[in-house]
Amino acid sequence: MKVRFDDINMSFGSVEVLRSIGLEVAQGEFLCIVGPSGCGKSTLLNIAGGFLAPTSGEVTIDDKPVTGPDRRRIFVFQERGVFPWLTVEGNIGFGLFDIPEKKRRERVAQYVQLVGLAGFEQSYPRELSGGMKQRVEVARALAVDPDVLYLDEPFGALDSITRLQMRGELLRIWRAERKTVLFVTHDIEESVQLADRVVVMSARPGCVRRVVTIDIPHPRDLSSPRYIELRDSIFAEIGLAHKV
Amino acid sequence: MSRPRSHSDDVSLLLRIALPLATAGILLVIWALAVRLTRTIIFPTPASVLTAMGALGKKALLWHYVADSLIRVFSGFTLAIVTGIPLGFTLGWSPGTARAINPLIQMLRPISPLAWMPLAVIWFGVSNAAPIFLIYLASFFPIVVTVMNGVRNVPPMYLQAGRNFGLTTPQLMTRIVMPAVLPRIVVGLRLAFGIAWVGLVAAEMIAVDSGLGYLIIDARNAGKRYDLVVGGMLMIGVLGLLLDNVFRYVERRVISRAA
Amino acid sequence: MGRTPAVAAVRTDGRPRGARRTRFRFRLLSGVGIGIGLLAWQLGVSLNPTSLIPGPLVVARGIGELASRGLLVRYVVASLFRVTWGYLSALVVAIPLGMLLGVKRPAELALNPILQILRPISPLAWIPIAILWFGVGDVSAIFLIFLASLLPLTTATSNAVRNIDPVHFAAARNFGVPAKQRVFDVLLLAILPQLIVAMRISLGVAWLVVVAAEMIAVNSGLGFLIVDARNAGNRYDLVIAGMVLIGAIGLALDLLMRRLERLDSVRWGYVEESAR
Repeated sequence: MKVRFDDINMSFGSVEVLRSIGLEVAQGEFLCIVGPSGCGKSTLLNIAGGFLAPTSGEVTIDDKPVTGPDRRRIFVFQERGVFPWLTVEGNIGFGLFDIPEKKRRERVAQYVQLVGLAGFEQSYPRELSGGMKQRVEVARALAVDPDVLYLDEPFGALDSITRLQMRGELLRIWRAERKTVLFVTHDIEESVQLADRVVVMSARPGCVRRVVTIDIPHPRDLSSPRYIELRDSIFAEIGLAHKV
Repeated sequence: MSRPRSHSDDVSLLLRIALPLATAGILLVIWALAVRLTRTIIFPTPASVLTAMGALGKKALLWHYVADSLIRVFSGFTLAIVTGIPLGFTLGWSPGTARAINPLIQMLRPISPLAWMPLAVIWFGVSNAAPIFLIYLASFFPIVVTVMNGVRNVPPMYLQAGRNFGLTTPQLMTRIVMPAVLPRIVVGLRLAFGIAWVGLVAAEMIAVDSGLGYLIIDARNAGKRYDLVVGGMLMIGVLGLLLDNVFRYVERRVISRAA
Repeated sequence: MGRTPAVAAVRTDGRPRGARRTRFRFRLLSGVGIGIGLLAWQLGVSLNPTSLIPGPLVVARGIGELASRGLLVRYVVASLFRVTWGYLSALVVAIPLGMLLGVKRPAELALNPILQILRPISPLAWIPIAILWFGVGDVSAIFLIFLASLLPLTTATSNAVRNIDPVHFAAARNFGVPAKQRVFDVLLLAILPQLIVAMRISLGVAWLVVVAAEMIAVNSGLGFLIVDARNAGNRYDLVIAGMVLIGAIGLALDLLMRRLERLDSVRWGYVEESAR
């Protein structure tokens, strides 16, 4: 197993946020974590990234425990994680500070291409749209060739049309590199569109209610019966009616 | 995304008081030691500063000086508010007027208020008016600039909404612009007062015979009383800080109502 | 009321923006404003013939006189020299100190109250001490300017550091950037926009202080020119000439610093327009 969550419990003071989280993520798997606001899914991701220490339990990656942030597991924030004082090139090359100049430039160029930002290498983030900034962040994360990618509601600040496009882009990029991905979202549709498996979390204190395997091959037809069936089952699990 | 701390950053009250007191204590000790070790005759020890100021305080001279300084700074500052805020509004509201008058302001602003002293003496003679004029100059420009920027940066959508509801220009000013810029102006006034307070000392170092600035210069000139010099400096610092806190209090009240 | 075609085309007063010819009109207005100012000055002088204050033409001649006597360059250089040294030494101390205060909370708690007491004390109040330690001369003036610039720069730096979005630090740690490198690669670059604004404002303050210091404690420079011109013969034309020069150079310094704010690597940090 690539990533293992071993009985993770997390409390902030007297507030219990996560309870007995046990999960296994396979190499190259795209895993989504869904849940209502405040269920602790972001906290869980932070623990997996080494930014928070759990109250008990541990996360192991390749059987090695996670003790702090590491460049082998890169966090992708919303587009505000992009450094505003660096160009696109500067951002993507940010983690490559210890490889020789020539190789670095090649890598940066490669990932600029991959995320579809050719021609914008010298642009500053303030000149880019939200979706483009998000792509810079993904490229920055991939450029250091991490083992695992953590994405915490990365498309949250984008408009819905851009979000749809970005999902397709993300899948395309993921297929090119086949990294292990942990993707946190509150958007159930998004999780069913993207993930190999969806972990449904309960409200606080968050625990794993169900793990749903999405067995539809890509590209997924959003009108297919199987898609709707899986989506509705998750809606039901969370306790939401699907009529407005 | 939380910062890499899993507990709150609240620092205990004890630490908030202990740390600065300890640092101040250490600095005072270093000061006293430095005076002792270099065997200087002139530079005072912390203790002698205290005694000298105490003596002045008992003679009531110190309080006369403080009163004079306060009167001067508040007079100059009030004048600056009364003339500066309307001008700032005009400049902020009308880009044309701003373009015309701004170059004048930008040329006059870098001239140290003290450099106006000869002119001030011609206009006002050797009297209290001269230092008040300098303080006025010191605080006038910051106030104008702050108000002007505040008005300029009122979000256009507020004004659009106002026009949408049929407000005339005077109504826009009173019902939208003024409330919108009020928090910024209050902060700006506090900062401008800080500048006025600093300018006060400069103003009182020339051509007056009372006040805290005068105390410092006079103490040195009439007998190298550096204990009074340092004491005067500390008074200025502490008073300035107190007044700044008063402004901050007002600021908090205004902002909490506005936001 | 006027139609407003798009939000971006709305001016401060809610009305739609005009075309590019307004920019030319504005420049014309600036010129007119200055022209009116000069005229008003000349008028004020002409209407009051007994006044000691000279008109613009007399002052202009005064500047010419200073130039021909070689004093113009000498005094300007003296003032600029002092400002430069005092200001740069303040920068060298203030930026690391400010960063320390911004990052390490205990340092800030310990030093902040003391800085708050020192802040309201005019640099000029330090003149007696400066003279005691350094005598009457350049070093005293440089010391005063150092003091005047140190506190605002330190405070601005520490505030800017505290306002950095924590996301950026987290990302830097995530990518394994070593702590020392984080200071330059993240900290310094992130605060640069605010730092440059503070530097511009502090330079303005330094310029005010040098003139004041020269009026009291030094024997050369533009501030001294003003005092000397009045004392040695009531040369008010030279007094005002000095004021004009001070204003012009101060303005030039300010514009220079504003240039820095336009650099691409810094422009990202500015949202609002501020007064020209």
